[in-house]
Amino acid sequence: MKLLTCPMNGTRPLSEFVFGGEYRQAPDQDTCTDAQWAAFVHNRSGAPGDKKEWWYHSPSGTWFIAERNTLTDKVTRTYLLGQNNTTQEEGK
Amino acid sequence: MPLRLLKFALSKEHPAPRFFKSHETPKKSYDVVIIGGGGHGLAAAYYLAKDHGITNVCVLEKGYIGGGNTGRNTTIVRSNYLTPEGVNFYDASVKIYEGLSEELDLNLFYSTRGHFTLAHTESAMRTMRWRAEVNKHVGVESRVVGPDEIAKACPQLDLSCSGQAPILGALFHAPGSVARHDGVAWGYARGADRLGAEIYQNTEVLGIDVKNGKVCGVKTNKGYIETKQVLSAVAGFTPRITEMVDLETPIVIHPLQACVTEPMKPWLDTILVSGSLHVYVSQSSRGELVMGSSLDPYEVHSTRSTLDFVEGLTSHMLDMFPFLSNVKVVRQWAGMADMTPDFAPIMGKTPIEGFYLDAGWGTWGFKATPISGKTMAQTIANDSAPDLIHSFRLSRFEDYELTGEKGAASVGH
Ligand SMILES: Cc1cc2nc3c(=O)[nH]c(=O)nc-3n(C[C@H](O)[C@H](O)[C@H](O)COP(=O)(O)OP(=O)(O)OC[C@H]3O[C@@H](n4cnc5c(N)ncnc54)[C@H](O)[C@@H]3O)c2cc1C
Repeated sequence: MKLLTCPMNGTRPLSEFVFGGEYRQAPDQDTCTDAQWAAFVHNRSGAPGDKKEWWYHSPSGTWFIAERNTLTDKVTRTYLLGQNNTTQEEGK
Repeated sequence: MPLRLLKFALSKEHPAPRFFKSHETPKKSYDVVIIGGGGHGLAAAYYLAKDHGITNVCVLEKGYIGGGNTGRNTTIVRSNYLTPEGVNFYDASVKIYEGLSEELDLNLFYSTRGHFTLAHTESAMRTMRWRAEVNKHVGVESRVVGPDEIAKACPQLDLSCSGQAPILGALFHAPGSVARHDGVAWGYARGADRLGAEIYQNTEVLGIDVKNGKVCGVKTNKGYIETKQVLSAVAGFTPRITEMVDLETPIVIHPLQACVTEPMKPWLDTILVSGSLHVYVSQSSRGELVMGSSLDPYEVHSTRSTLDFVEGLTSHMLDMFPFLSNVKVVRQWAGMADMTPDFAPIMGKTPIEGFYLDAGWGTWGFKATPISGKTMAQTIANDSAPDLIHSFRLSRFEDYELTGEKGAASVGH
C-alpha cells in the first residue's frame, strides 16, 4: 500500500495518513465483568486477516474507516464512520 | 577448537560437519514440543536438556532455523533498561552471553563495544540520568557522559548533527555488545541436539489440540504429535499460534526494517543510538554498517521492505556522519515485530494447562535469547515461572500491572 483513499479528499500518498488501530466496540461498562473490561482495554485481535481500522488524513483532519487485509496490505473500502454504503476502490 | 582444527587438517577425509542430526519424521509423542526454531525456541530446548535433564523434546520450525527475527536483527545486546525488573532480566542475559561462545564451543563473534544512547534534548538527558541511576542501583555499568567523551569514542560523529539536533550528552553503557545472530541459533541447535533434543525444519504447526483446558497434541504438516506441554516461541507469528488455542493477547505485529552498507575498513568501534533521529548503528565484523530505525507505522504481517525506510534512515545517518554520502546501502530487509503495549515480553504460563508462551519480543528480543531460553525451560520443567520473569506474565494485563519500560524505548531494539 502506497496510496490510500480518503473519503473526503480522494486518493493521497500514504505519508499523509496516520494509522489509528483497529475499530473496536466497547463492552457495556455497566454490565461487563472486570475481566471483560481489562480484555477490551489491552487485548487486540492480532492474527492476520480482514480488519476494520481507523485511519486519519492529517492535512485535513479527517478520521475515517478503512477495511484492509493485514496480511496482503490491500485496502478494499474506505468510508466515514456510519457511511459504509458507498464502495470506493483502492488505487492499485 | 585448535585441537579439532589440527585433527581435521591431519585427517584424510574432510566431510562438512553437520550441526544437528536430520530426522525423517517426528515421533508419535514427546514430553515437550517447542514451536519455532529461532534463538528462543532452540535455547529453551538446550536448557531443558542441560539444566533439567528433559530430552524427549522436539523443536518444530516451519522454515529453516534462525530464519525468523533471530537472523534479521541488528544484534545489539545491552541491559541499560529503565525498570529494575527489566535491568535485572537483561543483565542476566548479558552475563550468559559473555561466556556463551565458550559454553557452546562456537565463536559467536560476541564483541563488547560500549553503547551510547545519544540525547539531543534536555528531556532526553533527564531520561538518561534516570536510566543511569536505575542501572547503577541494580549494579549495571551505565553513566551519563558529555559531548567530549562521545567525541573521544567516535571522532567521526558530527556532534551538531548538521546543526539539526546538537548532541547534549549520552547514556554510556559499557557492556553494550554485538554478536553473530545466526551463530546463536546454530550454537543452541547443536547444543540441544547433542543433549538429545530433535530439531525438525520445514515442519509447520497447523493446530494445537486442547481438551478440557489442557494441551494434548499438535497437528503438523508431518502428522499428529501427542504432547502435554507446548512452548510457543514464534515471535512475529505469535497471534497465529494463540488463535489456535483461543487465547487473547495484546500482541500486534508491525514490520521492523534494517539495512547494511557496503563493507568499509573498521572505523566505528562503538554502538550508537539516537532516539530523536531514529537511528541505531554499529559496524559488523565484516565492516558493514548495520543500521536500523523505528518500527513501521502500521500493522502488517509481512517482511516486505520499503524505500521510505532507507530514505528516512540514511538522511538521518548523514546528519550524524556527513562523510558517508558516497557509501552505498547494499541490502535491506525486514522482520515482523511482536509488539506489546508496555514494550516488555510476555513469558510464562497461560490459562491453558501445558501451553507456555515466550512472546512479545518486539524489537528487543535478541539480547534476551539466553535468559529467555533458561527461564522458559525452568517454567516448563517446574510448571511454574521463576521470579525473574514474574513481571512479564500474561496476566499482568488483567491485573493492570504493566511494566514501565515503554518510556526508555523511543527506538527499541
Ligand atoms: C530488523 C530487526 C532488528 C532487531 N534488532 C534487535 C537488536 O538489535 N537487539 C535485540 O535484542 N533484538 C532485536 N530485534 C528483535 C529480535 O530479533 C527478536 O525479538 C528475536 O530474534 C526473537 O527471537 P525468537 O527466537 O523468539 O523468534 P524468531 O527468530 O522469529 O523465531 C521464530 C520462528 O518460529 C517459526 N514459526 C512461526 N510459526 C510457526 C509454526 N506454525 N510452526 C513452526 N514454526 C513456526 C518461524 O519460522 C521462526 O523461525 C530486532 C528485530 C528485527 C526484525
